[in-house]
Amino acid sequence: MDVERKFRPGERVRVMKAYPLGHVRTPYYVRGCTGTIERLCGAFPNPEELAQMRDGLPARPLYRVRFLHRDLWPGYGGDPADVVEVEIFQHWLEAA
Amino acid sequence: MIERSHHDMGGLPAGPVERGEHDYAEWELRVDALMTLLTGVRSAKKLMTVDELRKNIEALAPDAYDTMSYYERWVISITQTLIQRGVITTEQLARKMLEVEKRGR
Repeated sequence: MDVERKFRPGERVRVMKAYPLGHVRTPYYVRGCTGTIERLCGAFPNPEELAQMRDGLPARPLYRVRFLHRDLWPGYGGDPADVVEVEIFQHWLEAA
Repeated sequence: MIERSHHDMGGLPAGPVERGEHDYAEWELRVDALMTLLTGVRSAKKLMTVDELRKNIEALAPDAYDTMSYYERWVISITQTLIQRGVITTEQLARKMLEVEKRGR
């Protein structure tokens, strides 16, 4: 059984602002930032566990999350509508 | 506490992206093939994951990370992973490296 999905497309989420040791796939520049669920990508074994020789099960939901650049970079000078999409596992996200 | 790991450089200032294609050296093709085999392609025994490859690349010292080429980082990481998993021992590696060095003379 996979971990149950918590979020639907269009919902606002905040990325956990944490800096654990080990292998993580959540880039530094989105931690603590708020974005919008764009889609569910599926459920996959947790790469943080796979990196440590464990099976990473149960599989965890992975989402594509859309961020406005102006929400990520102070003083962003480009088009205010510019976005970046980052794939983030559910355990890094909370409802915003 | 170190918040940003050295490899996690998204958004930092950087030069332009080099877009040209380039050929791979024979040893680089071999490293790529080795990784394919170790991760269990075509139902071969799975001896490591891409996540371990990344973990051990990310564990490189910053100056090594910056100066090594792409496949140099891979081969160091694959070697480290196989030692951690007990697929090879440090002693076996040392002896093999001496043997290869002699062959090259």
